[in-house]
Amino acid sequence: MANYFSDTPRYKHHLHHPLMKRIVELKERNFADKDRFDYAPVDFEDAMDSYEKVLEIVGEICAGTIAPNAEGVDHEGPVAADGRVTYASGTQQNLEVVRKAGLMGIAMPRRYQGLNFPVVPYVMAADMVSRADAGFGNLWGLQDCAETLYEFGNEDQRERYIPRICEGETMSMDLTEPDAGSDLQSVMLKATYSEADACWYLNGVKRFITNGDADIHLVLARSEEGTRDGRGLSMFIYDKRNGGVNVRRIENKLGIKGSPTCELVYRNARAELCGDRRLGLIKYVMSLMNGARLGIMAQAVGISEAACHEAYAYARERKQFGKAIIGFPAVYEMLALIRAKTDASRAMLYETARFVDMYKALEDIAKERKLEPEERQEMKKYSKLADAYTPLGKGMTTEYANQNAYDAIQIHGGSGYMKDYTCERLYRDARITNIYEGTTQLQVVAAIRHVTTGTYLSRIREYEAIDYRPELNKLKQQLAGMTAQYETIVSLVMETKDNEYIDFQARRMVEAAAHCIFGYLLLQDASADRSFHPSAEVYVRYGQAEVDKIYSYISHFDKGELAYFKAE
Amino acid sequence: MSLKIIVLAKQVPDTRNVGKDAMKADGTVNRAALPAIFNPEDLNALEQALRLKDAYPGTRVTLLTMGPGRAAEIIREGLYRGADGGYLLTDRAFAGADTLATSYALSMAIRKIKDYDLIICGRQAIDGDTAQVGPQVAEKSGLSQITYAEAIQKVENGRIWVKRRLERGVEIVETALPVVLTVNGSAPECRPRNAKYVQKYKHAKTLTERQEAGSSYAQLFSSRPYLNLQEWSAADVNAEVAQCGLSGSPTKVKKIENVVFQAKESKTLEPTDSAIDELMKELIMNHTIG
Repeated sequence: MANYFSDTPRYKHHLHHPLMKRIVELKERNFADKDRFDYAPVDFEDAMDSYEKVLEIVGEICAGTIAPNAEGVDHEGPVAADGRVTYASGTQQNLEVVRKAGLMGIAMPRRYQGLNFPVVPYVMAADMVSRADAGFGNLWGLQDCAETLYEFGNEDQRERYIPRICEGETMSMDLTEPDAGSDLQSVMLKATYSEADACWYLNGVKRFITNGDADIHLVLARSEEGTRDGRGLSMFIYDKRNGGVNVRRIENKLGIKGSPTCELVYRNARAELCGDRRLGLIKYVMSLMNGARLGIMAQAVGISEAACHEAYAYARERKQFGKAIIGFPAVYEMLALIRAKTDASRAMLYETARFVDMYKALEDIAKERKLEPEERQEMKKYSKLADAYTPLGKGMTTEYANQNAYDAIQIHGGSGYMKDYTCERLYRDARITNIYEGTTQLQVVAAIRHVTTGTYLSRIREYEAIDYRPELNKLKQQLAGMTAQYETIVSLVMETKDNEYIDFQARRMVEAAAHCIFGYLLLQDASADRSFHPSAEVYVRYGQAEVDKIYSYISHFDKGELAYFKAE
Repeated sequence: MSLKIIVLAKQVPDTRNVGKDAMKADGTVNRAALPAIFNPEDLNALEQALRLKDAYPGTRVTLLTMGPGRAAEIIREGLYRGADGGYLLTDRAFAGADTLATSYALSMAIRKIKDYDLIICGRQAIDGDTAQVGPQVAEKSGLSQITYAEAIQKVENGRIWVKRRLERGVEIVETALPVVLTVNGSAPECRPRNAKYVQKYKHAKTLTERQEAGSSYAQLFSSRPYLNLQEWSAADVNAEVAQCGLSGSPTKVKKIENVVFQAKESKTLEPTDSAIDELMKELIMNHTIG
């Protein structure tokens, strides 16, 4: 039977990273659950085996149900009528199968009926689901909201809501409004506390809400009357069973058509506060966003993988001038680049996921006991790395997903432009990934301080200290050269001490850091598994040329020349 | 109301992906060359049993399978989807059984299980395509049978209502329990393996498998008794060896011939304008014409 997990050995490679041993031990608290839950692992090997077996289920559902439904879902889409959303029939079927397989609430603790999986296997499932159908990847990825409920909700809320999510009820995060997109500080949805009913009521409008007719919503609303900035916003839980929120319409989008994007009208919708007042945006949404960005990265990697499969399959099959087009340099170069960018993106995804796993597991343990000083150090280190890698990874991998989908169409030639082939859907689906959960431009804003404070550089230094297989020495030297160029680029820009100029060159500096990091990650993969060697070679060459280009651009630029770019 | 259900399931070579070495020179199937899978219509049968379990809490679903040691995988696959237990009927004496000897062995095992309301199995297995085992089990167990079942509509006061799929329509039949049902491939597909059940049962093994695997996770088998899968020999189910396996099988393969299909896929159309119209649209859509 077709299975995404077993047809692409790369997943297993990333699952079995050496750091997993530490992650699993932290996550499983030395396997204390084994006496309380019949499905809990008894040791590390048992846990890893369970992840594989569950990922095999996901892989089978992806190949057997979600991917075959994707085209139908794309055509049919969801509909909104009488304030409610009806999913496309394929989406309904997907949800049903995923529920029956017990795959919702993967990362939630067992005491709330979750599977207690680390972020790495959870994200791997998202990677495969998005490869099958990126639009369905959204409904899948929104189980992430449970993480926020778990982290910031009180025990009563966790007990009431998380088991429902594990049973398969869906979620949404209601953040954006017509006048509050990237700038969430401007959120105006009003939350009013009623002493009489001892609850909050929400009134207003939300726009661009993915899966807006979900069973359980997390809502950002203004609880502090008279405030106008982020400090007046709080997080609320709205339960659809209570009523009060209607879907006014769903958007007609370019891609991810199976995922309903809703405009919601709140009319005295009963809600409960999640966490503390005033921390809604500054603490909870920031945390929610980081999780969501990792999810979008997984979605991007999934799309890239799909583009890669489609492009290779077509190039092998299609014959022109008497031979398969895969034999032509112009075609195989494009294919190799798709493969390399996909492998680099995936390496970045799992490196980031491991950082998130490490600090989240320690953070969770800190709720139960005081951390040892070295554990606190460890938590701080990984929390900072996760903070640095999430925007860098989200920004780069989503751009690569777009480039890969674009090239996949190019390889298909005229046929790729027709609706008959999957690559046109991938192209449309990819286009949102570098926009939502923060555009690439906003990822640069989040990433640039790790360029200036040296987070990326110090991690690169750690990569330099690793022993690689001797045949990779040439690439390693090349990466050392790229890193030196990156340092020069950063100092050229920073020495101007001109904030506007630094902002102007920020994306280029962030990208240069990314090329060095992605290169080193592929070097590690190639060192552990020879099948990654071609991608490492291809990517480092590509990255080198990009860094050269950036270096050239910046070294020929005088900050006074910014004037030519400024709009009147 | 809770039911006791036995699901008969068979591990079969995946004949949907047949290679050159699929048959041995003696005319029997080369099982080693083909991946072993859960017979597809037995999965449809399992789904029917699991639906009854959903509808009537407390219902117990038990798998019964006959085959070599590795057929224990069938029981695990059942447990992963929500079954409660299973028996592996395995003995050298069962080897080479045709449908008569198979149904004899199964019916002896069913006699040993004794307490049941329903026996559900797939219509036929993809390796032999005989559709005989289910009906023969019913005869040997002295039970009524409903073949080509597509859906169980309800079970009430010891009676069952079943929709049957026939060549030119459906019919609903009613009978008293216990009964043997053979389920058609048109019945709903089986649910997927469940993440929690897979983690719960993945260590489940028969005694033979445990002996082969050595000591890994040995301590689990005493603390989690449900991990011990039952194995039954011919003697365990009081079967007469002469009626089992090759010696109990009147069917003998005389000769094997390679057949090349002359006609490709065919399609039957209703002689109406709209059916022809549909066909034309289909041919234009898939670029056969136009």
